[in-house]
Amino acid sequence: MSAQTGGAAARPRIWNDPFWRGLMLQGALLAAVVALTWFVAGNAVDNMHKRNIPTDFAFWSNPASFDISQTLIPYSATSPNSQVFWVGLLNTLLVAALGVILATLLGFAAGAARLSASWLVARLAGFYIEGVRNVPLLLQIIFWYNVVLAALPDPRGAVALGGVVFLTKRGLFLAAPVARPGFSAVWIALGVGMAATFAFRAFAARRQRETGMSAPVGAVAAALIVAFPLIVYVAAGQPLDFDIPKLRGFNFVGGMKLSPEFAALLFALTLYTGAFIAEIVRSGILAVAKGQSEAAAALGLRPAQTRKLIVMPQAMRVIVPPLINQYLNLTKNSTLAVAIGYPDLFNVFAGTTLNNTGAAVQIVFMTMAVYLIISLVTSGVMNAYNARMSPRER
Amino acid sequence: MPHFAVLLAAAALIGAASAASAGPTLDQIKKRGILVCGSNPGIAGFALPDDKGLWSGFDIDFCRAIAATIFNDPTKVRFVPLSAKDRFTALQSGEIDVLSRNTTWTQSREVGQGFEFGPVTYYDGQGFMVRRKLNVSSALELSGATICVQQGTTTELNLADFFRSHEMKYDPVVFATADEAIKNYDSGRCDAFTTDMSQLYSERTKLGNPEDHVILPDIVSKEPLGPVVRQGDDQWFNLVKWTHYAMTNAEELGVASKNVDDKLKDPNPEIKRLLGSEGNFGDGLGLTADWAYRIIKLVGNYGEVFDRNLGEGSKLKIKRGANALWTKNGLQYSPPIR
Ligand SMILES: N[C@@H](CCC(=O)N[C@@H](CS)C(=O)NCC(=O)O)C(=O)O
Repeated sequence: MSAQTGGAAARPRIWNDPFWRGLMLQGALLAAVVALTWFVAGNAVDNMHKRNIPTDFAFWSNPASFDISQTLIPYSATSPNSQVFWVGLLNTLLVAALGVILATLLGFAAGAARLSASWLVARLAGFYIEGVRNVPLLLQIIFWYNVVLAALPDPRGAVALGGVVFLTKRGLFLAAPVARPGFSAVWIALGVGMAATFAFRAFAARRQRETGMSAPVGAVAAALIVAFPLIVYVAAGQPLDFDIPKLRGFNFVGGMKLSPEFAALLFALTLYTGAFIAEIVRSGILAVAKGQSEAAAALGLRPAQTRKLIVMPQAMRVIVPPLINQYLNLTKNSTLAVAIGYPDLFNVFAGTTLNNTGAAVQIVFMTMAVYLIISLVTSGVMNAYNARMSPRER
Repeated sequence: MPHFAVLLAAAALIGAASAASAGPTLDQIKKRGILVCGSNPGIAGFALPDDKGLWSGFDIDFCRAIAATIFNDPTKVRFVPLSAKDRFTALQSGEIDVLSRNTTWTQSREVGQGFEFGPVTYYDGQGFMVRRKLNVSSALELSGATICVQQGTTTELNLADFFRSHEMKYDPVVFATADEAIKNYDSGRCDAFTTDMSQLYSERTKLGNPEDHVILPDIVSKEPLGPVVRQGDDQWFNLVKWTHYAMTNAEELGVASKNVDDKLKDPNPEIKRLLGSEGNFGDGLGLTADWAYRIIKLVGNYGEVFDRNLGEGSKLKIKRGANALWTKNGLQYSPPIR
């Protein structure tokens, strides 16, 4: 029984030690992956050289030479291909961000509606969800695009709403606000209002925790964020002009324009993803044990309070992970833009630029990397949100 | 899915074993027993499948001529319909042997993307189509117009050039396929539709009321259309080139599908060389001595092919114009066979 010698003998050979063995296996795997990547990349470059296909990034700074209909940043045919990338990326982010917001609103409303006690409301929600979920998205995008186009008049017969909104086959034209110098006061008022609202919320929450008294947070927020900046706006002499679109020649000029392609894509993505979110929301709400609401009722909470304070926080735990998937799907599905000519990243960069430059491999990899990054950022943010908001189990 | 094709092509470039790309194209085609030809998905006169899937058209006949010269059988072609955007990737990746799809020869396409353009089979230029009721008589009146155009074409680039050089504004609406572009022009999304002149005539027939649309007289670009192959296989490139030259030389010498057998007895040495009864000019191309005879007998000479697909013998009734032989004030001029 000699502990000393036993200790030395107990130390296993390095390949028998689970820690070192694991490390070696991982290392070997990593080396294999690196070698494979190296081989594949080398082979690709080799093949491309042989066929005189460009393998470098010279295209990035060459002029694009084509025009794009919707550009959120300055762009013209003389801009470099890099600018096509940014224009396309912003167009993708625009439709994806708006789509995520609108689909979330629609999805939560429809999901709750499907559980409504009202037979009609529940049936209508069910009808929407089942109808939309089961028809391919591409078909829906093309359908809405054609409906939008068929229903609208030519510019010369535009539907004018109040003389500031014009609906035509060329798009929706809106009066564009143009700020005069004094307008910054309104922004400042808005900032102050928002800061004050946060402070008030924190105060109300603390007071409620300490004394049990509740405060009308909603009404105060409305006053601070809406009414206050509005008063400042009027007091500053309404420092805002409107650039009203006018029919000149073929089309309306001036104002803001929303293209039919954008409208149809956003509408279809919202409607489609909203239906899936509705089902996720429904399952989340149903996952909260009935006893929770009953207990809340027994404690004297009103139904609205029960929903907000008891049911939803627990439901969100179930809702958020699949919700992330829907956000990612929406973003990736936005590449169907190509079917109706909306100039998203996939369409203009992985489409036109790729075609004009022949730099297929570089552009396809860049584009895939962009969608990967967007997806990782989206799920990172949502997972962080979920971790923060989940009620702590005791 | 068009993008799937791009991805596949990219994957093919990555995965292709280096050796496979070096093999001469003609050997592969002979081994395979069929020519694979990239074609337009559907544009009357140039390339159109009928309800039995049988292709016909000017660009189609060019591939049939190649098949005729290799296999003595013009039906030994598989056509791969390609949109404007996908055609080059399909050629780069080796999915097709030759691209014959109203494709404009440009410097960057040839030099920058590793291709070789064959002779110009059709001299074209870009034009515009508008609704008659707009009362527009020249492309210079299109400032502010919304214009439907197909993605990945020289058309899209010329459009930008034209409006830029005349300091006019326009809204482009860009679609991935010609069908979408023309359909949305028809539904009123655009004031004008633009493409190569020859294709304007053909696309106009797809409209609800072709009579309500006019093609403006302005020609805003040069569009030399012709076959395309990958760089690096000179024998194959020569075969493609000389297929066209054989057809134009035949027209010039008055040799056509109907009289080619009689012409075998013609004493004219040029005709003798063309038809292979004197010398063997097919050898260097990897073909037999009657290589050109096969083309003329089975497909026809250049004039015949033009006429039945695009000219008087077709619905389009396009004039020969620049595509007449040089002896008739046109641009079709072929090097002699000797
Ligand atoms: N010659 C031009 C244009 C060729 C082209 O693609 N033309 C269109 C005319 S609308 C076409 O044939 N499209 C058929 C399709 O992709 O469905 C080029 O090479 O870029």
